[in-house]
Amino acid sequence: MTKQTERRSSMGGGHGPGRGGHRIEKAKDVRGTLRRLIMYLRPFTGTLLLVFVLVVIGTLLVILVPYLLGVAIDDYIANRDLPGLLRITLFMLGAYLGQWFIQTAQNYLMAAVSQRALRDLRRDLFEHLQTLSLSFFDQHPHGELLSRLTNDVDAVNLAVSENLTQMLSSLFTLGGIVVMMFAVNSWLALGTLTILPMMVGLVGIIGKRTRSGYRKLQQEMGRLNGIMEETFGGERVVLAYGQQQAALDKFTASNTAVRDYGIKAQVYPLLIGPLMGIMSNANIAVVAGLGGWLALQGLASVGNIATFISYSRKFAGPLRQLGNLYNQIQAALAGAERVFEIIDREPKLNDLPHAIPLADIEGAVRFEQVNFSYAPGNPVIQEMSLSAAPGQTIALVGPTGAGKTTIINLLTRFYDIESGAITIDGVDIRQVQKASLRGQLGIVLQDTFLFSTSVMENIRYGRLDATDEEVIAAARLANADHFIRHLPQGYETELSERGSNFSLGQRQLLSIARAVLADPRILILDEATSSVDTRTEAHIQEALLKLMAGRTSFVIAHRLSTIREADKVLVIDKGRIIERGTHAELLAQRGFYYNLYVSQFKGLGEKEVETVDSRQ
Amino acid sequence: MNKLKRLLKFVNPYRKEAIWALLLLIAVIAVDLSLPRLIQRLIDKGVTASNMHVILTTSLLMIGLATLSALMMIGNTLLAARVSQNFAADLRSALFQQVQTFSFGNLDQLRTGKLMVRLTSDVNTIQMMILLALRIMTRAPLLMLGSSVLLVVTSPRLALIVAIFLPIISVFLYFFIRRAQPLFLRVQSKLDKLNQVLLENLAGARVVKAFVRTPHENARFAVANEELTAENVKVRRLMAVLPPTMFLILNVRTVAVLWFGGQQAIMGDLTVGQIMAFTNYLMMTMFPLLLLGMLAARLPQANASAQRIIEVLDSTPEVQERSTARVLQATGRVAFEQVSFRYNLSGEEQVLTDINLVAEPGETVAILGATGSGKSTLINLIPRFYEVEAGRVTLDGVDIRELTLASLRGQIGVALQETILFSTTIRENIRYGRPQASEAEVVAAAQAAQADAFIQALPEGYDTQLEQRGTNLSGGQKQRIAIARALLIQPPVLILDDSTSAVDVETEAQIQAALTALRQDKTAFIIAQRISTVLTADKIVVLENGKIAAEGTHAELLQSSPIYQEIYNSQLGEGPGSGLAA
Ligand SMILES: Nc1ncnc2c1ncn2[C@@H]1O[C@H](COP(=O)(O)OP(=O)(O)OP(=O)(O)O)[C@@H](O)[C@H]1O
Ligand SMILES: Nc1ncnc2c1ncn2[C@@H]1O[C@H](COP(=O)(O)OP(=O)(O)OP(=O)(O)O)[C@@H](O)[C@H]1O
Ligand SMILES: [Mg+2]
Repeated sequence: MTKQTERRSSMGGGHGPGRGGHRIEKAKDVRGTLRRLIMYLRPFTGTLLLVFVLVVIGTLLVILVPYLLGVAIDDYIANRDLPGLLRITLFMLGAYLGQWFIQTAQNYLMAAVSQRALRDLRRDLFEHLQTLSLSFFDQHPHGELLSRLTNDVDAVNLAVSENLTQMLSSLFTLGGIVVMMFAVNSWLALGTLTILPMMVGLVGIIGKRTRSGYRKLQQEMGRLNGIMEETFGGERVVLAYGQQQAALDKFTASNTAVRDYGIKAQVYPLLIGPLMGIMSNANIAVVAGLGGWLALQGLASVGNIATFISYSRKFAGPLRQLGNLYNQIQAALAGAERVFEIIDREPKLNDLPHAIPLADIEGAVRFEQVNFSYAPGNPVIQEMSLSAAPGQTIALVGPTGAGKTTIINLLTRFYDIESGAITIDGVDIRQVQKASLRGQLGIVLQDTFLFSTSVMENIRYGRLDATDEEVIAAARLANADHFIRHLPQGYETELSERGSNFSLGQRQLLSIARAVLADPRILILDEATSSVDTRTEAHIQEALLKLMAGRTSFVIAHRLSTIREADKVLVIDKGRIIERGTHAELLAQRGFYYNLYVSQFKGLGEKEVETVDSRQ
Repeated sequence: MNKLKRLLKFVNPYRKEAIWALLLLIAVIAVDLSLPRLIQRLIDKGVTASNMHVILTTSLLMIGLATLSALMMIGNTLLAARVSQNFAADLRSALFQQVQTFSFGNLDQLRTGKLMVRLTSDVNTIQMMILLALRIMTRAPLLMLGSSVLLVVTSPRLALIVAIFLPIISVFLYFFIRRAQPLFLRVQSKLDKLNQVLLENLAGARVVKAFVRTPHENARFAVANEELTAENVKVRRLMAVLPPTMFLILNVRTVAVLWFGGQQAIMGDLTVGQIMAFTNYLMMTMFPLLLLGMLAARLPQANASAQRIIEVLDSTPEVQERSTARVLQATGRVAFEQVSFRYNLSGEEQVLTDINLVAEPGETVAILGATGSGKSTLINLIPRFYEVEAGRVTLDGVDIRELTLASLRGQIGVALQETILFSTTIRENIRYGRPQASEAEVVAAAQAAQADAFIQALPEGYDTQLEQRGTNLSGGQKQRIAIARALLIQPPVLILDDSTSAVDVETEAQIQAALTALRQDKTAFIIAQRISTVLTADKIVVLENGKIAAEGTHAELLQSSPIYQEIYNSQLGEGPGSGLAA
C-alpha cells in the first residue's frame, strides 16, 4: 500500500530536482516549463535570427502591397496611364514573388528548426529513461511511457512547428496598428484599447482550461496506451482464456474517457474565435458610441471614427491569432510537462559522484551480512554472507521464492542493498561505476528477453565487436548452432517480438550464447536451462564446465543434476543460507539439500534412491 | 483517397450531428455577411449624421447578431469536436477489436509499437482532418459561390480571367497531394520504428542494463530519431511551400485583374469604382480558397494514415470460426488424427508430421522431447491457436474446426510455456478466465497450485498488485499463479506447458499431488523436462523432430524406447553416483 502511493505521487509531482510535490503544484511551474521548452530552440539561434529578419521584411511587404494596389487604381487607372499601370503591376508582381519567397523560406527554415528541437527533446527523454532503475520500468506501464515519447511530444510539435513565425508577424501587425491609431486620435485609440485587457483576460482563462484539458487528455491517452500495450503483449493469454470482451471493456472505458477529454480539450481553444468575434463587434459599437460623443465634443472627426472602425476590425484578426497561438502553446505545455516529468526523475541507483571504474577483476565475490528488501518491512535477504574465490563455481539452490534471483539482482546492482556490503576483489560495488561492474559480468537472466532483430545480432549483443565466427562459436557452445542452421535464413532469421517464433528452450540457448560471447570474468546463470530438455542440457553442461573453468560462476538451478560439479552449494531458504558445502558434503549432512535431492528421484525406481543411500 | 473514403463510414453513426454542424455553419455565414452592412449603416446613418439613437440601436443589433453568430459557431465547434472524437474513439475501438480476432499466427507478426502508432497518431490525424472539415466545409464553398456571383455580376470578362486560375489551383493542389502522401507514409513508418526501439528498451531493460548496452541503445535510438526527423523535415519543407504558393497564385490573380481591368478602364469599358469593387470581392474569394488549401494540406497525411489503418482492419485472422460452428459440452476426449503442421506455409519445414494421438477423458498425457521438437506446437493445436496443415484434431470426436472458438477454448485450461501475468492484483490474475469465480474458488485453485501459502505471506495477500508482467514475483511464483489461473476455470481439458520449470522439485511434487486429486475426470496434457514430473502419467509421448518417437507408460518406455532411456539417463542414470564419487 505504502509503496503504491509513494509510486503514484512520485510519478505525478516533482519537476524541479528533489521536489516531490503534488499534482496541483504543477500549474505554478508553467513559466519554467515554457523556459525549458524554449531552451530546446537555443541551438538554432542563428536560423531563428534569420527567420526573424525574414518575418520583418515579409510583414513590410504585406503592408506595402495593398498600398500599391491603391496607388495603381488612384494614380494610374484613374489617370489613364497605361505604361504607369504596366510598371506598377510588374512591381506588384515582383513584390508578390518576394513575399512568396520570404514566406517559403521562413517555413522552410522553421520546419528544420522545430523538428530538430523535437528530436532533441525525444533524445533527452530516451537517454534519461535509460538511466532510470529497473523498478521504474517494472512499475510503470510501458505503453504509458511510450505515450510520453509519441503523443506528448506530438502535442508539443503541433504548437512549436508552424506557429512561431505566425506569432511574430501577428505581433508586428498589431504593433503597427496601435501606432497608427495613436497617430490618428489618441482618445479614440484609448477607447479602442479598453477592449484589450478583456480579451487578454478571456484568452488567459481559456488558456488555463485548455492546458488542464490537454493535461487530462494526455494523461488518459497515456493510460489508454498502457492498456493497449499490456493487452497486445498478453494477447495470447487473452485468446487462450477467451477474454476478448473483458479486454475490450477495459479498453473501452479508457477509450471513452479519451474521447470525452478530447472533446473538451479541443473545444476550449476553438472558443477563442467566436468569443473574440463578439468582443470585436462590441468594440466597434463602443468606438462608434464613443466616437459619436467625442465628435459632439469636437474631439474627433467623422473621418476619424470611420478609420477607427476599420482599425478595430483589423485589430481583431491578429489578436485572435495570438489568442489561438497562446492556446496552442498551452496544449504544448501540457505535453511538455509530461515529458519533463520523466526527464526530471532522478535515477535511484546513480553512481556515486566519486565512483571509479572497476579495474579488471579476478572475480573474488563476497557478501557480508547483506540485508535487502524490495518493500520496507518485508525482508527478502537477511544477514547473508558468502564468498566465492576467483574461478569458483557457486551453486544457489532452494525453494521457489527463496531469494536466489534477488542475490543476483544485488550482485549486478539492479537493486542496492540496505545494509552490509558486497565486494568484488575487495572493492565495494557501490563505490564503482555500474557500467564497469556489469561489463565484467555475463548474465543469463531467468526471464529470457531477445530483441526482434536477427539471430546473429541477438547473440552479438553480448559483445558488439564479435566477428561472425565468434558468434557462431558461442552458438555452438550453447548447442544452438544446430537448430539455427536448420532455419531457412540461418543466422539471419529475424525474431518476432520477444522471439516468439522460437521455442522457449531455443530462446534460452540463444541467451546462453549471448552471455558466453561476452567472455565475462563472472558468469551468472539464473535457471539458464530451465526450459531446455535434459539431454540438450547435458551437452551444454560439458561445454559450460570448460568455459567456467577459471571464471567465477554463479549457477541457479532447480534441476540439481546441473550443479553437482559446483565448488560450493549454497542452500537458500527464506532469504538465508541454511546449508553450505559441496554436493557430497551436503548429501552427507542429510538435511534440506538431501531431501531436495532425493525428492527428484521419488518414485523413479527404488534402485536410484538406494544408491544414494548406500553411498552414504 | 479511396482509403479515406472507406474510413468515413465511421462517421455515419454521427451523421445527424455532422449535418447540424454544417447547417449551423451556413447560418453563421448568413449572419456574418450581414454584419458589414450594419457597420456601413453605423457609419453612414449613425456617426456621419451624429445620430446617437441610430448608433445605439445599430450597435446593440450588431452585438446581438455577433453574439448569435458566436453561439452558433460554438455550437458548430462542439458538434464538430463530438463527431470527430466519436469517430476517433470508434476507429480505435475497431482496430482494437480487430486485434482481438487475431490468432497466434497473426500475433507472431504483430509489432506492438507499430500497432500502437496506428491506434494513436494515425487515428488522430484523421480526427483532426474531420474536425477541420466540419468547421469549414460549407463555409468555403458558400463564400466562394456568393463572391463568384458578385464577380460575374460586376464584370463578366474579368470574371473569366479569374476563372482561369481555378484549374491552376486545382492542378497545383493535385500534384501537391500526390507528392506529399508517400512522404507522410514514410514519416509514419519511421515513427513505427522509433516506437519499436523504445518499447524494446522498456521491455528488455534488464538485458540492456545487464550487458551495459545503454550507449548502443542510445545510438540505435538516435538513428531512428534522426531518420524520423529527416523525414519529418522533408515533408514539412514540402508543406512549407503550400500556403505561400496558394497566396502567390491568388495574388497573381489580383495583379492580372488589375492589369486587364486597368486596360479596360483606361479604354473606358470599366469604371474605377467597378475595379475597386471587383478587387474587393476578389479578396473575399481568397479566404475560402485558402481554407481549401488548408484542407488539402491535411489530405495527404490523413490519407496516408487511413491506408495504414485499413491495413490492420483488412488483416485476416488466421483462425476463423466457421459459420456453422457449434457449441459442445465436452467430456474431454482429445484426438490428433494424422496431423501435420508448419508455421509458415511457404517454405519452412514441417514442425509436426503425421501425429496420431488419443487422450481419453480423465487420462494424463505427458509429452517429452528435445528443445524445439514441437511440444508446444502440438498442444497449441488443441485450442486451435494455430490451424493444422493436414489431418484433424478432434474433441469428443468432433473436429475442433466445427466448434465455436469460445466453446472450444472455454473447455481448455492452458498454462502457456511463457508465463504472462497482468498488472492487476493476484486475485484478478487468478480469476482471469472466470471473473465471476468466488473467493473460495480462487483460494482453492491457488492451493492446488501451491501458491496460496506464498500469497498469504505477502503483506497484501491476494490484493497484492503485480508490476508489469508480474516482475515483483519470483519465476516459480509466477508459474504457480498461471497454473492456478488455468485450474480455476475447471476445464475438461487441462494443458500445462512446462509450467513448473522454475519451481523446485519439492513444490512441484506437491503440485503434482494436488493435480492428481483434482483431475480425476479431466484430460490433461503435461509438457515437462523432468522424468519425475511425468512418471505417473497414463501415457508418455516422446516427440523427436516433430514426430512421435515413442508412446507408452514409464515402465514400457524404459523397456522399449532408446530415446526415453537416454532422457532418463541424462537425469539420473549416472546421477547420484557421479556426484558422490567426486
Ligand atoms: N521486484 C520485486 N518487488 C517485490 N518483491 C519481489 C520482487 N522480486 C522478487 N520479489 C519477491 O522476493 C522474493 C524472492 O524472489 P526471488 O525472485 O529472489 O526468488 P527465487 O529464489 O529466484 O525464486 P524462483 O526459484 O521461483 O525463481 C519472492 O517472495 C518474490 O515475491
Ligand atoms: N511462432 C512460430 N513461428 C515459427 N516457428 C516457430 C514458432 N514457434 C516455434 N517455432 C519453431 O517450431 C519448432 C518447434 O517449436 P516448439 O515451441 O513446439 O518446441 P518445443 O518442443 O515446445 O521446445 P521447448 O522445449 O524449447 O519449449 C522450433 O524449431 C521452433 O523454432
Ligand atoms: Mg515449448
